[in-house]
Amino acid sequence: MPALYADVDRVEQLIRQLAAAYGPSGHEEPVRALLSAHVAPLADEITVDRLGNLIARIRGQGGPQARRVMLAAHMDEIGLIVTHIDDKGFLRFAPVGGLGPATLLGQRVVFADGTVGVIGAEKLEDVKDLKMERLFIDIGAGSRAAAAQRVQVGSMAVFAQEVAGSGSRLTGKALDDRSGCAVLVEVMHHLRAAAPPHEVYCVFSVQEEVGLRGARTAAYAIAPDMALAVDVTPSGDTPQGEKLNVALGGGTAIKVKDRSLISHPKVRQLLVDTAAEAGIPYQMEVLPYGGTDAGAIHLTKSGVPAGALSIPARYLHTPGEMVDLGDVAATVDLLVAVLKGPLPEMPA
Amino acid sequence: MILRELSELPGVSGDEHRVRARLWEAVRDRVDGGRVDALGNLITWKGADRPGPKVMIAAHMDEIGLMITRIDKDGLLRFRKVGGIDDRVLAAKAVRVGPDGIPGVIGLKPIHLLKDNEAKKAVSHEELYIDIGAASKEEAERVVRPGMYATFATAFGELGDGLVKGKAFDDRAGCALLVELLALDFPFPVYGVFTVQEEIGLRGARVAAYDVAPGLALVLEGTTCADTPGTDPHGQSTLLGHGPAITVMDATHIPARPLVDGLVAAAESAGIPWQWKRTTFGGTDAGSIHLTRAGVPAATVSVPCRYIHSPCAFMSLRDFENTRRLVAAFLEDVPRVAERLAQGSA
Repeated sequence: MPALYADVDRVEQLIRQLAAAYGPSGHEEPVRALLSAHVAPLADEITVDRLGNLIARIRGQGGPQARRVMLAAHMDEIGLIVTHIDDKGFLRFAPVGGLGPATLLGQRVVFADGTVGVIGAEKLEDVKDLKMERLFIDIGAGSRAAAAQRVQVGSMAVFAQEVAGSGSRLTGKALDDRSGCAVLVEVMHHLRAAAPPHEVYCVFSVQEEVGLRGARTAAYAIAPDMALAVDVTPSGDTPQGEKLNVALGGGTAIKVKDRSLISHPKVRQLLVDTAAEAGIPYQMEVLPYGGTDAGAIHLTKSGVPAGALSIPARYLHTPGEMVDLGDVAATVDLLVAVLKGPLPEMPA
Repeated sequence: MILRELSELPGVSGDEHRVRARLWEAVRDRVDGGRVDALGNLITWKGADRPGPKVMIAAHMDEIGLMITRIDKDGLLRFRKVGGIDDRVLAAKAVRVGPDGIPGVIGLKPIHLLKDNEAKKAVSHEELYIDIGAASKEEAERVVRPGMYATFATAFGELGDGLVKGKAFDDRAGCALLVELLALDFPFPVYGVFTVQEEIGLRGARVAAYDVAPGLALVLEGTTCADTPGTDPHGQSTLLGHGPAITVMDATHIPARPLVDGLVAAAESAGIPWQWKRTTFGGTDAGSIHLTRAGVPAATVSVPCRYIHSPCAFMSLRDFENTRRLVAAFLEDVPRVAERLAQGSA
């Protein structure tokens, strides 16, 4: 199905560019720099707050029906943080965000300065002994001093994996949530072309993967009337997969709940009604775990009606995350369609 | 030494008032003012109307401990843990119960009476009890009620080469540091905040930071120190005697890089020994503070404490003094750090 609004080629190019950038939680500068360049011509104002959130504001037409709407997608990706450098120059690390040891063994990782390393393990008697504390990063340094010239305790690494296309699907690292960031930029293109009635704040947030942190402070500063997070969600359509309703290629996923949020019923209904009316493919997402920025946003100040649109994804938090461009386009389309029209009174 | 007094005072989460009173006495002549907020945080300030970033320095007053939940008919006290305590450190320890400090011992069966496997297992805190020598429920009830707290009965002492031992260095060490730091004068506003209920979820700091609305924040802590046998080098969170520990990440917070860099630069230029904290578990008040309002750049500096969260920890007075020197040097550099923070968000 052709997209209503989304320029799919443009979004794909942006996802590829953003996903390639380095940006673990707390060190999102490279992603923020790329995004700033893209959104500067599209926004009325851009600011970076004290935690590093990039906030792009579109003034909107105003009027009696105008609301203040916050959209959020997170810039940060999961990664590793160096906790110790041993005498021989091997790096011990801890996870930044949700990462398991099985995903890591043998992976190539890269630091902010381009230093490349590979993850090795101590000799294990049993695969069950594969624990994070028995892994290390080898950057090819022969000594502590040689390693310390390139890496410090506190340096972070991310997977070294470019995005590759496979049919209508993309696979690579950090599609969580650079694909969401690209969606927001694409939405901004359409809001720039035809100003919405609402004042729209597109927030590219920091530190989602370590606890929905950036969105919390951004929401405090913005104090929106309504908020939508745009993130990825695990799909349940792989062999012997989890029993989840969401399928890759099944359309944008309208979140009902996860562990951080029960979507506001009026927000959810608005999304469902708008999608149905415009013929945008959608599916309902009920996630028994996990969270998104909407979880932090909806508890801000005296409460914010909030929901989330999710891009279905496979193999999350691995170097091979996979999304479908049709789902990405449907997410753009639904956001544009929702922001064009009036928003319901909430909570009445 | 105020550390001795602070260490020996009881002040389990929610019951910090004795510690607070002693701290207020210690700092009242060093600050311009102070108040106690609704949760019990002691918020003090000096130079509040000076220009520059409002700097909040926080240390928590509360310690881990026990709360009496029930008195059995034989006069024994059942309890729950307040904060993170390893059940294995509880058995056979001397404690003090309630506001009057009734002496008691955490009881368990003597070795002679153990059944086959009992000796090999740690006893859960739910099976343990505090014995205050009361012969009946009625007798115990004359001095103890459910809801009362108990703390470890540990005397402060000096030992080894410049080491001290005692309870509650986490975070009375931070409190004592803050008392000393508040003797200094600063060209910018400084808020010295002694917080409550850190050990049960960084609670006091959250509302205190909302109230203060600082431009940047520094948290002073006593932290884990696992330089003992059986721990791999990369699992040794800090080393005793190797200086203040600077955190790069924990479970609640990724410190603001300009603050971390500022701390390292201050240590290096003043020739103060320092170390990275090597593990990323746990949290500090910085976890709450940095998410307050529209966000607060924050960092944590800690004094290594061996055997933390147990009845008796070790701390090096040299580490303590070097932590004080490091924070003092960093504070001198605050205007430049604030500049870098401003550039970062331009």
